[in-house]
Amino acid sequence: MFEPKEPQKKLKYDELRIYTDEELNNYTEEELKEFKIKYDIPDVEELEKGPWPSFVADAKREALHRRKLPDDRLLIGKYVVEDTLGQLQLSFEHGEGHWKHGGIVGVFGYGGGVIGRYSDCPEKFPDIAHFHTLRVNQPASKFYDTDYLRTLCDLWEFRGSGMFNMHGSTGDIIFLGTITEQLEPIFFELTHVLQQDLGGSGSNLRTPSCCVGKARCEWSCIDTQDLCYELTTYYQDELHRPAFPYKFKFKFDGCPNGCVASIARADMSFIGTWRDDIIIDQEAVQAYINGEIEPNGGAHKGRDWGKFDIYKEVINLCPTRCMWMEDGKLMIDNKECNRCMHCINVMPRALWPGKDTGVSILFGAKAPILEGAQMSVLTVPFMKCEPPYDNIKELIEKVWDWWMEEGKNRERLGELIQRFGLPKFLEVLELPAFPQVVKEPRSNPYIFWKEEDVPGGWQRDINDFRSRHKR
Amino acid sequence: MALSQERLGRYNPKKPMENRITDLGPRHFWQYFPPVIQKNYGKWKYHEILEPGVLVHVSETGDKVFTVRCGGCRFMTAENIREICEIADKYCDGYVRFTTRNNIEFMVDSPEKLEALKKDLQSRKHVSGSYKFPIGGTGAGLTNIVHTQGYIHCHTPATDASSMVKAILDELFDYFQSMTLPAQVRISMACCLNMCGAVHCSDIALLGYHRKPPVIDHEILSDVCEIPLVIAACPTAAISPTKLPDGKKSVKIKQERCMFCGNCYTMCMALPLADKEGDGVTILAGGKISNRITPPKFSKVVVPWLPNNFPRYPEVVRDVKKILEAYAKDARKYERIGDWAERIGWEKFFEKCDLPFTEHLIDDYRLQYDTYRTSTLFKYTEPAWEVSKAAGGL
Repeated sequence: MFEPKEPQKKLKYDELRIYTDEELNNYTEEELKEFKIKYDIPDVEELEKGPWPSFVADAKREALHRRKLPDDRLLIGKYVVEDTLGQLQLSFEHGEGHWKHGGIVGVFGYGGGVIGRYSDCPEKFPDIAHFHTLRVNQPASKFYDTDYLRTLCDLWEFRGSGMFNMHGSTGDIIFLGTITEQLEPIFFELTHVLQQDLGGSGSNLRTPSCCVGKARCEWSCIDTQDLCYELTTYYQDELHRPAFPYKFKFKFDGCPNGCVASIARADMSFIGTWRDDIIIDQEAVQAYINGEIEPNGGAHKGRDWGKFDIYKEVINLCPTRCMWMEDGKLMIDNKECNRCMHCINVMPRALWPGKDTGVSILFGAKAPILEGAQMSVLTVPFMKCEPPYDNIKELIEKVWDWWMEEGKNRERLGELIQRFGLPKFLEVLELPAFPQVVKEPRSNPYIFWKEEDVPGGWQRDINDFRSRHKR
Repeated sequence: MALSQERLGRYNPKKPMENRITDLGPRHFWQYFPPVIQKNYGKWKYHEILEPGVLVHVSETGDKVFTVRCGGCRFMTAENIREICEIADKYCDGYVRFTTRNNIEFMVDSPEKLEALKKDLQSRKHVSGSYKFPIGGTGAGLTNIVHTQGYIHCHTPATDASSMVKAILDELFDYFQSMTLPAQVRISMACCLNMCGAVHCSDIALLGYHRKPPVIDHEILSDVCEIPLVIAACPTAAISPTKLPDGKKSVKIKQERCMFCGNCYTMCMALPLADKEGDGVTILAGGKISNRITPPKFSKVVVPWLPNNFPRYPEVVRDVKKILEAYAKDARKYERIGDWAERIGWEKFFEKCDLPFTEHLIDDYRLQYDTYRTSTLFKYTEPAWEVSKAAGGL
């Protein structure tokens, strides 16, 4: 149904693996219970208790597994996990972290994807003296097969710490901790064997990410994975070679529920939407009213909220009050609807987004550094969103051209828009002003009129003025 | 082509560009969709949460996919991933998915497989007793807490992340495994305000924060930092150039202007902020991402600072619990924390959550005026009477 940019090698773990089954199962549960790492870590070990999965308990099994592997079956320090836990204990004691600031490492030709990290107490924790991170670009929506994951595990245990983030905040698979020497070999294994590239870091396009989309959601208005994959592969140069003033993020939400939080996290937020009518199954509406189907997909079934009341739970909560009942039927004045998804969320078996779908595009979200947090601003109300997405690429490039021309070092797009004003941004995108771009019109009249806006221009003769007005 | 077991693998340091492959991008997603997902792509008709953590999606073809969502740690080892693979191989034809909020999703296509899968997942515990794959995180409950690196890997943290998340989720575990709240609650955690976790639109956000201005390492500053960039990095213009008695260039800092953002440290390693007494946790509440009923909103600072009491952060856990329990008791169905606070008024939020309102919670940064009350529409709570008394009005 969707074609990859290049044919995908079928990965078979049994053909790719490093470790034998014996090596993988090299400790018993009894040994794990008795296992002590080489440091005294009482505060860290306190975190083994309690019902929530303990990252410490997990780390200790990796530590034991590494201890019991022969020396020549690991290319970096055997005690890397133990040293990480030891340093964590020291950080708790000091109330201060123990990683040095920065460190420029990477792979040839890329300016991102690798984060240099060094311990500031290498004499105490020699196996984390270098502890660099690699960001590995996840497949869209983070579906995997076990051949791929097991191969990653072998690669990363052999050439790195065996510790991961699944996943980092931006979406990448994170390899936590290896030495400088192993960065290139890991990159070569990833590209040659796993046909897998690194993600972004630094002042470049960061690894794009998306929600589960049409793969397993009835509300997605766009092919989030395909759009994510297409823009990621199309903009590989921007992703790997920093040429921007600062980071730039794309995120793709299939509907206004916003499961990947694009509106808060992405410089360019894509949110699926529709422009025709909400689809209604009136029989199912009745079934909800009659209490035959649990509202909100069963999300509230842990508590008795009383009998479902369509007025109380849907019609009167509609932010635009565009719904009513007529002759036992649910009516929607679709031209008044602002597509907030509430009614659809409450009655997923009776209501669906329309079929004429596209994206709303918003720009400028960022975390508080530096001028305060910003959310993305609605800039393109609706855009068709179909391969090869040329309309979207054209828009992206206009934005980048302007930002790269005008943006200061470490200035996010949202800050640049504030500095120049939203009217300027619309002008750059060659878009006319429209009321939806604001929540409300300005309350101050300080309009920056341009000379060409005013008949006769701004050049005036004072003598002409004085001919009518004495001093 | 097997993974190499040579020290430098396929890389030849003498000819670093030889055989280099670049710009491949990610692997293509389609191959990782289980057959039932491939077959029903774009055809899903509706879904239902059968019980906390268990969803069924029904296709217009009649096919069903059952998903079991398990809480995961963002930090996990190869050993843990291999165990996930073992489960996926056993029940899910070798497929598995991770969510944006670090949950793990196992999918099966029949109720029989679902029961066996659930039983297996519930039985798996670490030797120290914690669950490996707790089922939950759906609907009107608490889902997994997304977080940043903290002391595990970051160089600018004001607190640790993995430990705080563990402490809170241990305490609020029942909310993860149930759906008794008025709406979903999203807690997010970032260990400094660089916020690589972008927590600023969460129902409850936990934020590591410094409270001491940078300490200046004059001896090396001019050797390792670009002084003009450091000066420009300060949002309040508190940093200016100076000359040391020995003639060396450095910077000086107007400490009373410091807002502890750490932007200067990002630019210059000679200006560390971290400090045991200074660093701690700020709690924000009432943000959201979704456009449902009300627009997305920012979280607001409701607790200015709590100590980094490692490893269990009892003060942070206590205050998060206060907010969650007051909300659970008082909010209406479908109301998110922020919607609730806006309906009852923030003054009532503080009263109902039993949180003190201090001067730190009044904005005095830019655009502060936007948050001031410019009406007589308020509700009386105890602090209001205190003010009336202090002003001589009572």
